[in-house]
Formats: sequence, structure tokens, C-alpha cells
Amino acid sequence: MGFADVAFTVFALFTVVSGLGVILARNPVHSVLMLILAFISTAGLFVLLGAEYLAFLLVVVYVGAVAVLFLFVVMMLDVDFAELRADYMRYAPLGALVAVGLVVQIGMMVAVWQIPDEAVAARQQPTEVMRDTSGEQLNNAEQLGQVLYTEYVHFFQIAGLVLLVAMIGAILLTFRERRGIKTQDVGEQVGRKREDSVEVVSVPTGRGI
Amino acid sequence: MATSLSAYLTVAGILFAIGVAGIFLNRKNVIIILMSIELMLLAVNINFVAFSMFLQDLVGQVFAFMVLTVAAAEAAIGLAILVTFFRNRGDIAVTSANTMRN
Repeated sequence: MGFADVAFTVFALFTVVSGLGVILARNPVHSVLMLILAFISTAGLFVLLGAEYLAFLLVVVYVGAVAVLFLFVVMMLDVDFAELRADYMRYAPLGALVAVGLVVQIGMMVAVWQIPDEAVAARQQPTEVMRDTSGEQLNNAEQLGQVLYTEYVHFFQIAGLVLLVAMIGAILLTFRERRGIKTQDVGEQVGRKREDSVEVVSVPTGRGI
Repeated sequence: MATSLSAYLTVAGILFAIGVAGIFLNRKNVIIILMSIELMLLAVNINFVAFSMFLQDLVGQVFAFMVLTVAAAEAAIGLAILVTFFRNRGDIAVTSANTMRN
């Protein structure tokens, strides 16, 4: 057993155990922390596979943004989580049944599945290794960039659109306009005209207004 | 790549099943349900990347990138809906969520 196998075993075990921790933890904050651990160990699996860029992305996007967002929401909402777990065990047998069934089915699929001949052929003739001008082999991120910005540029644009829509949607859903509070209205201030605010009155001498 | 493809597929399968079981187990707690969906998408991503590296084809990783994007968008929208739901009702029990039906 080489180092890669040991590393795979460790990362796989951490992934599965922390996945179990996510769904079984009593406290949702622990669930989120377990989710972060699952993401990090999956990033380890990706590094073992050689997909470093996605491993980076997983750590930056998932651990850095999504998991922190979850953590914010869990800590912000004042919810009695014990009450939510009241009839926790009611669906446990069903859930366990479905999970075991799924694992058995997927296991049978993986065990019986033969690698098709096309796949073997494709593996023996891998897509041309991308090299830079000096003949050096490009790393994973550079290779991904070579296809992402050329062949799959439309997918890339659509991904950006999805994120834009999600951002606008999230802002729109949570934005709350509060009425009746005295705040500065910059537009009104800037739009003020001399005519509506200053009046020149000619005062006759000695009589006042 | 020393470890075989089926080892990665097995890990992904187990992780997916954990995600499904989490939805059944925490039927009331919508935060955990969202996290279970994240776990399932993560399992799918492991499959994509494992196949991509096994077949020496980068398309799998491009697709995993898309899954990642959609998962992030889904988490943002889901949590925004959750916050709005909590603000309107004062709890997050999804079993009693029937405002749209009534």
C-alpha cells in the first residue's frame, strides 16, 4: 500500500464520517462544521485525483462562502432546534432503509460494471497533453482554462448568469424596505433646485415684511 | 493515479446515500436538508472528477465546475428563502409550510 492509497483511505474515511456527522449531529452548528470537514476531505480526494483546481475551488467557494453562509444563518435564526428534533427517530427506519438500499444498489452497479471498450480506448489515447510554448506540460488549472475559455465559453457565461440571478434573487428575497425612518435621501438632496428652495423677497425700506 | 476508479465511485455512492438519508432523518429541519443536498451534489462532483481523471478528459471537470456554480446559487437562494420564511412565521418547521396551498 503506497502513500496514495493510505491518503485515499484517510480522506475517504473522513468524508464519509463527516457526512454522517452532518446528518446526525444534535447541534446544527456542529453539522455545519462537519460539512466543512467533508468539503475539505473531498478537496483532498480531488488533489489525489490530480484535479487541483477544483480542489482549490471547493475550499474557496464551499468552505469560504457557502459553509460560512450556512453558519451565519444557523447562528442568526433563533430557532429551538431541540423541538425540531422531537420526532427525529420517526423517520429513521425509513431513512436507513432507503440509504442502505441505495448503497447496495450503487455497490452492485460498481461491482458489476465493466469499463466499456470505448473508455479503455479513450484512456489509451488520452487527449493531447497540453503544453505551453516552451514545451512544458501545463498544470491542471491552466489546462482547464484552455478549454473553459474556448470550447466551453458559453457554459462559463451561463454559469456567471446563474450566479447573477442567484445574487439578485437572494438580495430581493431578504431586502426589507423600512418605512417611517428618517434617513438621508441623497437623490432628493442633489436634485434640489435653487427655484424651489430660495425665494428673493424685496423688502420695502422701513416697513419690514 | 494509484487508487482504482471504483473506490472513488464507492465513496461517492456512500456520500450520496448519506445525503438522501439526511433528508429523511431531518424532515423538519430545513437547514439540515439544505446541507444534505450539498452533500449529494458533492458526491456527484466526486463522480465527475473521478471519471474525468480516469478517462483523461477535462470535460468532466468543466461539468463539475458547473455543478459547483449551481450548488452555490442554490445554497444562496435556499438560505434567503429560509430567512424570509423565518421572518414571516417565526419558525422554520417545513412540515407546517402550507402558505402557498391555503
